[in-house]
Amino acid sequence: MFTVPDRLKPTYDVVIIGAGGHGLAAAYYLARDHGIHNVAVLERGYIGGGNTGRNTTIIRSNYLTPEGVKFYDESVRLWQDLAQDFDLNLFYSTRGHFTLAHTDASMRTMRWRAEVNKHYGVDSEVVDAQEVQRAVPMMDIRCGGHSPPVLGALYHAPGAIARHDAVAWGYGRGADRRGVEIHQNTEVLSIDTEECESGRAVVGVTTNRGRISTRKVLCAVAGSTPGMLKMVGLSSPIYIHPLQAMVSEPVKPWLDPVIVSGSLHVYVSQSARGELVMGASLDPYELHSTRSTLDFVESLSAHMLELFPFLSDVRVMRQWAGMADMTPDFSPIMGLTPVAGFYIDAGWGTWGFKATPVCGKTMSHTVATNRTHPLIDAFGYDRFSRFELTGEKGAASVGH
Amino acid sequence: MKILVCPINGPRSISEFAYGGEIRPMPDPATTSDGDWARYVFNRSGVAGVKLEWWCHTASGVWFVAERDTATDTVLQTYLYDAAGRS
Repeated sequence: MFTVPDRLKPTYDVVIIGAGGHGLAAAYYLARDHGIHNVAVLERGYIGGGNTGRNTTIIRSNYLTPEGVKFYDESVRLWQDLAQDFDLNLFYSTRGHFTLAHTDASMRTMRWRAEVNKHYGVDSEVVDAQEVQRAVPMMDIRCGGHSPPVLGALYHAPGAIARHDAVAWGYGRGADRRGVEIHQNTEVLSIDTEECESGRAVVGVTTNRGRISTRKVLCAVAGSTPGMLKMVGLSSPIYIHPLQAMVSEPVKPWLDPVIVSGSLHVYVSQSARGELVMGASLDPYELHSTRSTLDFVESLSAHMLELFPFLSDVRVMRQWAGMADMTPDFSPIMGLTPVAGFYIDAGWGTWGFKATPVCGKTMSHTVATNRTHPLIDAFGYDRFSRFELTGEKGAASVGH
Repeated sequence: MKILVCPINGPRSISEFAYGGEIRPMPDPATTSDGDWARYVFNRSGVAGVKLEWWCHTASGVWFVAERDTATDTVLQTYLYDAAGRS
């Protein structure tokens, strides 16, 4: 599926660190839309082995901030013809997406989100508990009397799931065919900079397979961003917490939409294979590891059973974790940095998979033109120094 | 890490504790620059390593310091704040 180049070239126009969905999408659009083919994508592990292959594959655009809604809506639009572009089945499946509200306060937040969404043309509405019950007859909307009952939900018809590995493969193959080199098992040891008029500028990258000279480096490494930033002398608000997930054994299809409950810390969808793909919330303290815990399985299973008591005999098949780049305002950090030629696509916390196409589009534009794409203006590295945060309370897996 | 040693209550289950974040010196808000204040408010040392952290044994309300390696999740030692010589 991919060419395996036997050595690094001495120089590239652009070096992308991280062969996950985001890095490969940027490479794909650099080659396809901007005519920049002399690109190396460096990956310490293997293609799509990081958070691209560890998320719960939910795609939606019903966020809360105008900046977030416009950005994610463009991504949902790009998803639609991606399988055609790649000539690869992404198992993109539009399911509809219910965000359950169990309290008056969260009903109010749902109304707020629905109004912002509708204002920007996103299909989003508040529905009552009976409508949720009609869509998911198997749900106990009283939550067994243990937790507050379901009062209603924010319904987002375009909500979807997709096969996440195929997204990385599709972008990777598309980039590969256009001359981009993907180097797996290639670890970046340092990013070399030198003095320039505006401060410092990127001149190269040193890897475990040799040194490359380049004027442009895009960092797209969820979970390892602080280490990469340290290599160029930058600090950031990003801190790392694990985000865990698990799947059940395959069962007959019974759950069509994607169900999210912030109060119960549950999100769940049923894959094409019949497995229930489930996630909860971030681990409670900083950790640079992808270890899993029994605590997670126990608490998520307990909450799942409050909504779906009939699942009590269904077994959990696998669990895993990814390292999430968290930011103080739950928005990403994207674009130019104070180091000339060093671009970042980071801070993707718990919300990065759905944004893969639009990140590739906007970051390739930013790298090719050295100007921030208008859609990512609000996500700049320098927003914190100006106290201009983009507070995204519509993000998943975070308490509001 | 399933067990954490509280300096007052001894070894207890991790579920009894709350994480309070890394211990970071606060610049004087009256004299510091806006830039330094923003860096203090928002920036974190997100790189893996041994860090000094605040932890609280929530059942008894004891706040203490833990030296923890954030790559391996091993706690090197825990002690009360005064014992660290920073009062």
